[in-house]
Amino acid sequence: MDLDLDEHARAFRAEVRDWLAEHVPGTPLPSFDTAEGFARHREWEALLADARLSAVAWPEEYGGRDASLLEWVLFEEEYYAAGAPGRVNQNGLFMLAPTLFSHGTAEQRRRVLPPMARGEQVWAQAWSEPDAGSDIAALRSTATRTDGGWLLSGQKTWSSRAAFADRAFGLFRSDPDSERHRGLTYVMVDLRAEGVRVRPIAQLDGEPGFAEIFLDEVYVPDADVIGEPGDGWRVAMTTANNERGLSLRSPGRFLAAAARLVDLWRREEAADPALAGRVADAWIGARAYQLYTYGTVTRLAEGAELGPESSVNKLFWSQLDVALHETALDLLGPSAELRGPWLDGWLFALAGPIYGGTDQIQRNTVAERLLGLPRGPR
Amino acid sequence: MRFALSAEQRQFAESLTGLLSAADVATVARRWAGGEHEPGLKLWRRLAEVGVTALAVPEHRDGLGAGAVELVVAFERLGYHGVPGPWTDTAAALPALLDDELLAGVAAGETLASLRWDPHVPHALDADVADTRIAVDGTDLRVFTPGRSLSGVDGSRRLFEAVPGDVIASCPDPGRAFDQAALATAAQLLGAGRWLLDRSVDYARQRVQYGRTIGEFQAVKHLLADVATRLELAGPLVYGAAVALDAGGDVPRDVSAARVAAADAAYLAARTGLQVHGAIGYTAEHPLGLWLAKVRALTGTWGTQAFHRSRVLTALRAGSVR
Ligand SMILES: Cc1cc2nc3c(=O)[nH]c(=O)nc-3n(C[C@H](O)[C@H](O)[C@H](O)COP(=O)(O)OP(=O)(O)OC[C@H]3O[C@@H](n4cnc5c(N)ncnc54)[C@H](O)[C@@H]3O)c2cc1C
Repeated sequence: MDLDLDEHARAFRAEVRDWLAEHVPGTPLPSFDTAEGFARHREWEALLADARLSAVAWPEEYGGRDASLLEWVLFEEEYYAAGAPGRVNQNGLFMLAPTLFSHGTAEQRRRVLPPMARGEQVWAQAWSEPDAGSDIAALRSTATRTDGGWLLSGQKTWSSRAAFADRAFGLFRSDPDSERHRGLTYVMVDLRAEGVRVRPIAQLDGEPGFAEIFLDEVYVPDADVIGEPGDGWRVAMTTANNERGLSLRSPGRFLAAAARLVDLWRREEAADPALAGRVADAWIGARAYQLYTYGTVTRLAEGAELGPESSVNKLFWSQLDVALHETALDLLGPSAELRGPWLDGWLFALAGPIYGGTDQIQRNTVAERLLGLPRGPR
Repeated sequence: MRFALSAEQRQFAESLTGLLSAADVATVARRWAGGEHEPGLKLWRRLAEVGVTALAVPEHRDGLGAGAVELVVAFERLGYHGVPGPWTDTAAALPALLDDELLAGVAAGETLASLRWDPHVPHALDADVADTRIAVDGTDLRVFTPGRSLSGVDGSRRLFEAVPGDVIASCPDPGRAFDQAALATAAQLLGAGRWLLDRSVDYARQRVQYGRTIGEFQAVKHLLADVATRLELAGPLVYGAAVALDAGGDVPRDVSAARVAAADAAYLAARTGLQVHGAIGYTAEHPLGLWLAKVRALTGTWGTQAFHRSRVLTALRAGSVR
């Protein structure tokens, strides 16, 4: 057992570190939940893509560099340590792309991935509906067969970045007689198409970080269906495991946040000793998640698959992130209530135990699928 | 011993509930946040009519000279309903800070005060709308002028930098004023926590997932039961501190203990409330966020949790254990 990086990984990490040192904007970009910030983050994605750093784990033909999973984790560590901008195309890069690698056609990959890597097409995830949150299989939006494709109707909601995004991917009920997980189809849709109306929704920070999407007979060609019609649930589960598992929030974020927290604590000399203990806990949590992830990527590299342990992952980081930011706010004392990076970070962290499957759902998964406890009522 | 509200105190709370339930306070607070003070001032005057601003003002200044228990009753309701404005500064702290004819204006609901109190209250609340602005500097009371406005998590708490000027008076023992303000904050936190719990219970009864109301899931039940338990146990500390203020006791210890427990319970209520609501609670359109923000803001003002814990420890170390 060791933690040594091979030469290739070390060289890659050094290159990434140097590139970021040279290119990361000196002042943070405006939030990508504003029109201006969104455009600036798009440009940043193009800059990353020029250096083939926007999707390092992808094959070269789509703009990646065939990096191993470990190298991707290292990339993320460098990325967040450098204070680089948030990834506006997160949902495309880390949810849709893995789905296309598993279930898409070669034509779809060629068509969709390169503009995604360059930020020319930014993607939103359109899964949730007003009555289908945790219970995603209760979704009611429909896909109806038409010549050469499908007509989508219904309402999606809470779709992150959809206020400004170009396209969305989601699940639709293609068999009107089906129930629950059956009869669903996984579709990509142009958010500028006829029949689409997007209503931005302001989040707790006041910015329209997500949106409702109303669809009224929106045409999508067969070429934009991923996997077989009716097989959408199975296709979606790939995406879900990726989201919960590694790609949504890699250790790099929390290591960087813990390092910033340590800086803050160092500056607040008068800080209460009890807070010092919580600073230590935050760092310990981030370090644990890093090592846990090194273990996961080792197993995956040896051919294992990501199963219900992806729920352990999500539970751990979502709680770590909240605790870490609460500690920062407590260190800031009476100024904690003023707007600033820590307050915004705290508001963002509060959503972690909700999106991508709530903590309650993850706990059920850990208890039932990992520990083998009997299934409770759903 | 009778450790419970009297019939009159309960009636007072109920009358405030009636008044505030009919007032659409969430809208008043949103407008206040936008700098539109008129609806908030109208509400201020209505609350003054039923005595809220006069409670802590002595009778010789046309006040009610009521006790801290009444103050807690009122501030708990203000917190529950999320009423905006410099209530703590005006109705809890100022009357114990100086004995001046301006208190008659406070009692009548005509005078609003904004305080700066280093290091606990570095930014002055609603300094633009307040007519009395005082920076407490040790035992010196100075006027201050409002500087830059600051943007905070709770938009209805309009904060300003305060630029202190001349000494206008002195207060030999500002401790009482501070403790009344800290206790009023604890009471507001308790009320805000109760609002968050009530709304979350309502939502858990009504939201359906997997063909069941989510309140049927033990995971959700247990979350809410934990909040209820914490709030239930924070309440007695808050009222106990009021009794200490009224009848004597270790006031700093008891006020700080109340503040710590109320803030922790309210924060748990806020976090849990958001969790139980899911994404809808994360929107600016939903009122939950107003209370969540208020709880976070109140937790850091009139003493941080760390400060109040250290005050409890100081008392305990000195032997004030019983
Ligand atoms: C910031 C943010 C960004 C988001 N981005 C996207 C996006 O890009 N695309 C998208 O499609 N969706 C997105 N979502 C939606 C997200 O996936 C849902 O919020 C999530 O699935 C939970 O659904 P819900 O909000 O409807 O809560 P509900 O499912 O209504 O849950 C409410 C409460 O009940 C609990 N509960 C529900 N069922 C059970 C059960 N069986 N056992 C125990 N407890 C249960 C939950 O844990 C929660 O506490 C986003 C949400 C947020 C907050």
